[in-house]
Amino acid sequence: MGLRRFGRLVKWVGGNGRRPFSTSSSSSCDEMMVQQIASGKSLNLYSAINQALHIALETDPRAYVFGEDVSFGGVFRCTTGLADRFGKQRVFNTPLCEQGIVGFGIGLAAMGNRAVAEIQFADYIFPAFDQIVNEAAKFRYRSGNQFNCGGLTIRSPYGAVGHGGHYHSQSPEAFFCHAPGIKVVIPRSPRQAKGLLLSCIRDPNPVVFFEPKWLYRLSVEEVPEHDYMLPLSEAEEFILENWNCGTQIIREGNDITLVGWGAQLSIMEHACKDAEKEGISCELIDLQTLLPWDKDTVEASVRKTGRLLISHEAPVTGGFGAEISASIVERCFLRLEAPVARVCGLDTPFPLVFEPFYMPNKNKILDAIKSTVNY
Amino acid sequence: MALSRLASSSSSGSNLLKPLTSALSFTPSLRRPISSAADDSTTLTIETSVPFTSHRCDVPSRTVETTPNELMTFFRDMALMRRMEIAADSLYKAKLIRGFCHLYDGQEAVAIGMEAAITKKDCIITAYRDHCTFLGRGGTLLQIFSELMGRQGGCSKGKGGSMHFYKKDAGFYGGHGIVGAQVPLGCGLAFGQKYSKDETVTFALYGDGAANQGQLFEALNISALWDLPAILVCENNHYGMGTAEWRAAKSPSYYKRGDYVPGLKVDGMDVFAVKQACKFAKEHALKNGPIILEMDTYRYHGHSMSDPGSTYRTRDEISGVRQERDPIERIRKLIFAHDLATEKELKDIEKELRKEVDEAIAKAKESPMPEPSELFTNIYVKGCGAESFGADRKEVRTVLP
Repeated sequence: MGLRRFGRLVKWVGGNGRRPFSTSSSSSCDEMMVQQIASGKSLNLYSAINQALHIALETDPRAYVFGEDVSFGGVFRCTTGLADRFGKQRVFNTPLCEQGIVGFGIGLAAMGNRAVAEIQFADYIFPAFDQIVNEAAKFRYRSGNQFNCGGLTIRSPYGAVGHGGHYHSQSPEAFFCHAPGIKVVIPRSPRQAKGLLLSCIRDPNPVVFFEPKWLYRLSVEEVPEHDYMLPLSEAEEFILENWNCGTQIIREGNDITLVGWGAQLSIMEHACKDAEKEGISCELIDLQTLLPWDKDTVEASVRKTGRLLISHEAPVTGGFGAEISASIVERCFLRLEAPVARVCGLDTPFPLVFEPFYMPNKNKILDAIKSTVNY
Repeated sequence: MALSRLASSSSSGSNLLKPLTSALSFTPSLRRPISSAADDSTTLTIETSVPFTSHRCDVPSRTVETTPNELMTFFRDMALMRRMEIAADSLYKAKLIRGFCHLYDGQEAVAIGMEAAITKKDCIITAYRDHCTFLGRGGTLLQIFSELMGRQGGCSKGKGGSMHFYKKDAGFYGGHGIVGAQVPLGCGLAFGQKYSKDETVTFALYGDGAANQGQLFEALNISALWDLPAILVCENNHYGMGTAEWRAAKSPSYYKRGDYVPGLKVDGMDVFAVKQACKFAKEHALKNGPIILEMDTYRYHGHSMSDPGSTYRTRDEISGVRQERDPIERIRKLIFAHDLATEKELKDIEKELRKEVDEAIAKAKESPMPEPSELFTNIYVKGCGAESFGADRKEVRTVLP
């Protein structure tokens, strides 16, 4: 029974389904998730996050999880079961008050606790922007290292979801990459999400952790059951064929380097596969940590391929791709054989009905790969 | 513990959601003696369901005058809203509406009662649960369903979707996506009205969830400091998304939370109470500055379409409110009590409304999707900002006038 249900889940997720996350029936999902955790094999992204939060609370009695509606599982089910297991003192709902959520997180962390705060959607993070940029990021610096809020991790779902519209789809990562003192981390898959989230929670600096909401149910792979951490600020190159196995073997493409993060990686992967059919060998790098980012890995790759393409969902102007582009041009100017290509969201507000036009989709990336290689 | 806290935090005790045992307390002597067809000039005197509770201000009278015509209009308008929201629910489930969709059914009396007390020169601004407020301001079903389905015929030309309805000619400033963010903006509108001296006010609507946002208090302080004609309307449906009010608010007496700002608690399920309160508030705001109206209401649907609405409250609670406090049923009973229409006549009206809604949906489906070039318009003033060029629109040029 358990297995059958599990099998159905895998099939359902692996199908053509870009399934809207919004129509879940919570109870059946919870059941499925429990099954998955018991079996300890394939997990989707939200279950991997859930597992990481369980481990974080289990291993540190001074860890806390809070945010809007988290005690009954959160809108994306990431916090399911936590309140039952660890009690209302450690896993609790807050009022709808983002500024307060982050502010209290900073205070809690400043007292030596690990505060895992959830902002329900990255689009809602802006009321807390001041607390993050002015309070969290600069606390250590301005107090001459007397105080810090290193125990603070802010989790928030970001990015497009197919039909989210203006206020449930934005990718605000670049705003936070402009604030030295915090780290910005975005995982691409369940395995990365679990390891990176645990690293973020235990990192002695405040971290903003954006989760690709499109992949919460869609992305499924084998996730080790045990407590593990993945290093921050280390980009990762990986084999396309092993996308879902989490195998971390570096494969060297020769013609062009592609850099991305989060949900965009899977789009880029498809573009790379198509390019490969046309004889273009791509190297794909998942940046994982945007601030501070792993320049060396990207530089080494670009030195080899001579070409760079960056892709993200956020609007192209002022996006984090601009920073990568500028840094790589500084370091590899004479080695570059073509201008750095950026395939990003358009310079418009995130649209509702025009989402398909706005998104940096596979074909746009494939075109840019070809024109960069044939420059 | 939860229960005891609920009891102690609510002045009316644990009957929080059922304060209206004496639902219909019109005086029998005022019953129309003759069951003839409604005469428009007749004045009916009725009493609001419960007395108003005030904070630092007078209490408006419970006795309200109305006409048979108004009663029938209220019934028709609220029933239309109810039908519209139920149709939106099925359209969303059929994936014809994308984006996020928040339904208003249960809260109709607030939109209708408020509209009955004010003019279109007064401004209304609300959050994302905006379909019915837009309809109340004179929007059409066709505009609504077109916008919901992202068509050109929509009130925001299909570019806004469910959460972003606007109607400039009727002073409806929309349709805002971020919880609580519309309130400072609404106070800004009132600031403008203070200068224009045209005796108009702004109604800034927000929910009990948004009532805990800091920016609300910041805006309230400035409004009170400068005596702005701002009326903050807290549509208290008792759940901020999935969290009950008492879990999120130390004091769920939202009408008192302005401290130095007067407030009034109103039964938001009684359209006459809402109308009376809004009339009172407008007069007050023009004379004395801001006032808070707490509308005690209830949403039958979940917070949004992704919320089944049953994980954090019981089905009994929902059906209890439907049976005892439903704003449409209240009017239906009043109509019967005054012999203004028969049960069949009201059923016929509802059938008619259903047809009206279905026709609007069919028409909206014929409205074309916006031109793809619309993706790039309205970001800046045309010819004075940045515009995208090129086949892939990647080239951005700054344009100056």
